[in-house]
Amino acid sequence: MSQLVWNGLFVGSFYALVALGYSMVYGIIKLLNFAHGDLYMLGAFIGFAVLGAAGGVSAAMALPLLLLVLVLTMGVTGLAGVVLERVAYRRLRGAPRLSLLITAVGASFALEYGMRAAAGADPRVYPVRLGGTSLEVLGARVTLQQLALVAVAVLLMIGLNLLVTRSREGRAMRAVALDPRAAALMGIDVDAVISRTFFLGSALAGAAGVMAGAHYGKIDFMMGFLIGLKAFTAAVIGGIGNIPGTMLGGLLLGLLESFGTFWLGGEWRDVFAFGVLILFLTVRPTGLLGERVTERV
Amino acid sequence: MTGPGEGTPPAAPASAASSTAAPTADPAAPPRRTGRRGAGPRSIASRLMENRWAGLAGLAVALLAPFVDATPYALSVMTNAAIFVMLAAGLNIVVGYCGLLDLGYAAFFAVGAYTSGVLSTRFDLPLVATLPAVLVVTVIAGLVIGAPTLRLRSDYLAIVTLGFGEIIRVTANNLDVTGGPSGIYGIPGLTGGPVSFYYLTVLIVALAVVGAARLGRSRLGRAWRFVREDEDAAEAMGVHTYKVKMAAYVAGAIWGGLAGVLFGAHLSAISPTSFTFLQSALVLMAVVLGGMGSIRGVVVGAVVISVLPELLRDLADYRYLAFGVLLIIVMLVRPQGLWPARSREVAK
Repeated sequence: MSQLVWNGLFVGSFYALVALGYSMVYGIIKLLNFAHGDLYMLGAFIGFAVLGAAGGVSAAMALPLLLLVLVLTMGVTGLAGVVLERVAYRRLRGAPRLSLLITAVGASFALEYGMRAAAGADPRVYPVRLGGTSLEVLGARVTLQQLALVAVAVLLMIGLNLLVTRSREGRAMRAVALDPRAAALMGIDVDAVISRTFFLGSALAGAAGVMAGAHYGKIDFMMGFLIGLKAFTAAVIGGIGNIPGTMLGGLLLGLLESFGTFWLGGEWRDVFAFGVLILFLTVRPTGLLGERVTERV
Repeated sequence: MTGPGEGTPPAAPASAASSTAAPTADPAAPPRRTGRRGAGPRSIASRLMENRWAGLAGLAVALLAPFVDATPYALSVMTNAAIFVMLAAGLNIVVGYCGLLDLGYAAFFAVGAYTSGVLSTRFDLPLVATLPAVLVVTVIAGLVIGAPTLRLRSDYLAIVTLGFGEIIRVTANNLDVTGGPSGIYGIPGLTGGPVSFYYLTVLIVALAVVGAARLGRSRLGRAWRFVREDEDAAEAMGVHTYKVKMAAYVAGAIWGGLAGVLFGAHLSAISPTSFTFLQSALVLMAVVLGGMGSIRGVVVGAVVISVLPELLRDLADYRYLAFGVLLIIVMLVRPQGLWPARSREVAK
């Protein structure tokens, strides 16, 4: 029982990290960035390349090195997100929503199969494997490395929340999310704020990618597809556009999946998650913490 | 609209490969056709593109194609292209006419293929006898997925359909009835040989394409376009947007399901790997490339998308990368597609 809870929270913290990028981008330009899951994949591969370049790693140094790679990857993935926005989305900002969505699908496709062309279709084995000592916490088997990963995820989320709620940048983001035109009139450089939002969201996805690579040990070019869907589900459960809600949604989805897998068997896990998504959209489309927004005409 | 020639080069060889009717011969259409847009004489390209016989010419090409090359491989490619055209025509109703982005269209394809496959192999029925069941099941699938999502913003629909596509595939993979990962084999064909099946497919697909185009021009079709252009305005004008969107969605489901029956009959075996997101994305690609809402463009787009990979086998690794990039470029540079729809409502 407590093992299920722990597994759920662990996977949920990954979902939450990826979902945050989804949610932030949606909050600010109302775009479902389908390529977001693929930025997670990109992060995993960048981390893979950097770790490969660093050569052999002793087990004792694995965790500090991984943290270093994590920071590096976040920077690169963040920039990739900024480039994506600049190339594919910026020019279409005034276009019908359908065009933007289709462009996002195209971007996702291009990233997936670009990576396939670059790295091959076969799964790659991550050079760092976090095995290791496990503890018993309230009857659940928990490894130190899992704890470290969750701690990193939580720190990143706390950092993001502080950034958005306390800093000048964050205030600008919230202003643009509320009303881009009024924000521009108040002297906010809307394009720059949107770029920064993409940077942050993509960097978080990249971090999640490296962590997933290190935890599961295997990466492949389609790994972002499913997690993109799951992250969206998490964002919807919590309330898309709402940052604390999204974190809550990620953890909740992780827990739901963990228990769903236990009851129904592993092969039905994804079906169960999407079932929850459809249920939520029917019953409470604004999510747990989301506010009801009226469409402006 | 009259992009100097850039629409025709892919169009002409594509319809030469094999194509079906893009319905254009509309006897009731007003004869006054040229010069409506005012400025100057039209380019040859645009006159060719708007010729009312273009659809029949396409059908003729499709019917004559087996006389040029009737190897089993060529026939199989052409039959696949025809089935793909039907899929694209169906998705065009949803995406092109009504502006709803469906990213899980392969789900309906799968529902149709599996329903007919399971019924015909389990109960030894001829494939035709499974059609009523296929219709019922696809309509139910369309209602189940449409009912909760069509009330919401269109973005949600996109991702829910994406999830729905996965649900159907994973379910087919897990259930025993559907044969699990290895799928169903031994599905009876509709006709005796591959040649007659090809002609039957072309005929059915031609009817489906004409039907979709007629639907798009009907009262309901105008409502779809109104919803696409401005949902709030449509609502304010008394269009029941929810019902109208649902109609588009269910129509798309039916087209997809019937195409699935043809697919099963063609290959005689189906497995979950045929119904991945890739398939949905390729159909979407065909619709977007050809021109959303333009039935001729969509037909040409579908033929291009399904035949091109056969011609470019060596570039398999870069094929989908190119598709993705192309999708972005089309949206940035020519969002109306290569062969855009000509609005009949403007400039009376």
